[in-house]
Amino acid sequence: MHTISDHPALSRLFRMQWEEAQGLYVLLYPEGMVKLSQSAAEILKRCDGRRTVSTIVDELEQAFQCGGLRGDIEAFLRVAGERGWVM
Amino acid sequence: MNAPTFMPSIAPPLWLLAELTYRCPLHCPFCYNPVGYANDRTELTTEQWFDVMRQARQLGAAQLGFSGGEPLLRDDLEELVGEGRRLGFYTNLITSGIGLTETRLARMKELGLDHIQLSFQDSTREMNDFLSSTKTFDLKARVARLIRQYDYPMVLNVVLHRFNLDHVERIIDMALEMGVDYLELANTQYYGWALINRAQLMPTQAQLVRAESVVNACRARIGNRMRILFVVPDYFEQRPKACMNGWGSVFLGIAPDGAALPCHTARSLPGLTFPNVTEMPLKDIWYESDAFNRFRGFGWMKEPCRSCDEKAIDMGGCRCQAYLLTQDPANADPVCDKSPHHERVIEVVRAASARQEPQEQPIVFRNDANSKRIAALARDNGSEEGEDKP
Repeated sequence: MHTISDHPALSRLFRMQWEEAQGLYVLLYPEGMVKLSQSAAEILKRCDGRRTVSTIVDELEQAFQCGGLRGDIEAFLRVAGERGWVM
Repeated sequence: MNAPTFMPSIAPPLWLLAELTYRCPLHCPFCYNPVGYANDRTELTTEQWFDVMRQARQLGAAQLGFSGGEPLLRDDLEELVGEGRRLGFYTNLITSGIGLTETRLARMKELGLDHIQLSFQDSTREMNDFLSSTKTFDLKARVARLIRQYDYPMVLNVVLHRFNLDHVERIIDMALEMGVDYLELANTQYYGWALINRAQLMPTQAQLVRAESVVNACRARIGNRMRILFVVPDYFEQRPKACMNGWGSVFLGIAPDGAALPCHTARSLPGLTFPNVTEMPLKDIWYESDAFNRFRGFGWMKEPCRSCDEKAIDMGGCRCQAYLLTQDPANADPVCDKSPHHERVIEVVRAASARQEPQEQPIVFRNDANSKRIAALARDNGSEEGEDKP
């Protein structure tokens, strides 16, 4: 299984941006595009190489006023790591 | 066609390919540019390209490729990159590297160029220089180092064929040494110049099988350090590729003169008039023009595609290949073994495997003299481009 970095950072091969025409966040990479769900976008926005996974979990739990997000966030970060989105 | 004027089911274009010029310092015999390129030198102006980019972005396109020919031959490339990035495109430069000086590389980095795809013809100087008909191997190697130095995401693209398939392992090692992020090993697709040179370029089945197993072994050895894309050549498959993800589905190509194309080689098709961006808004071109609606969706399909349960997977394959090999662009791509014309593909593959040395006729390099000669021949014979050799 893919291990999660302590300080996840978006890979330099990907650029994340808001797409007005589609009303969502996307990851752009050489000749391709991934459409992101709102929760995926909220996690990836915080993958800046400075925040720790715990910081990201705390921030999102506060922002969305709910607890118990760690499992989902870690699962997403594993998938994102496998796909090369985050390092 | 009685295409309705408003079709909400049509998705917007995502991928704008700006073919800035057909001019090119290289002379590769597998180039997909139109064989008759030398007869039309018209190129859009900087302002016209700005306008195309703005319109495409408004429609929803997010990827912008600058290609050609060699896009670096346009002095305004930096301006175009800057405007593309400012509009929010992910900007890709697709280049041979010839003319990519450190000054231009640094300037485009400042302007926000996102990614560079560099082409090599082979891992050896001899074959690279022979295939491109230039002495450019060392120059390209220097450019690759510069691209790395400026920290651009880099794709190395090598077109594969009979002459270099056996070098695949060395090509992979070369890419690793260069520190590229993706290696695209693209087996030749037989359109344009490649079609003229098909007899010389077509590999044997044995070559292809060997190369594919080498690639798989290398993938296992390398892991995630570099991703390798190996595109199997159509002729060796039993099902066609969903060319362009379907006609008029995501891809919008603009030729140097402003003609809007649903695929790179659509101009080889007869009976289609491609709308020009200097005469029609991009929105109308994409949603309403006959050219973009002709092979969109499933309505145009004939048997065996029409009733095929795989039609949504491959969209009937490639229209250009259907025309070039069966003379009817609405036929199934004959790569499909359900096509009644599949035997024509088998014959080409069989002939390639039977041949010892592909030297029965000389390679036709892409250059102005050959372009004009072939175009003149085609005019005399009443067809623009086809399977028949000059």
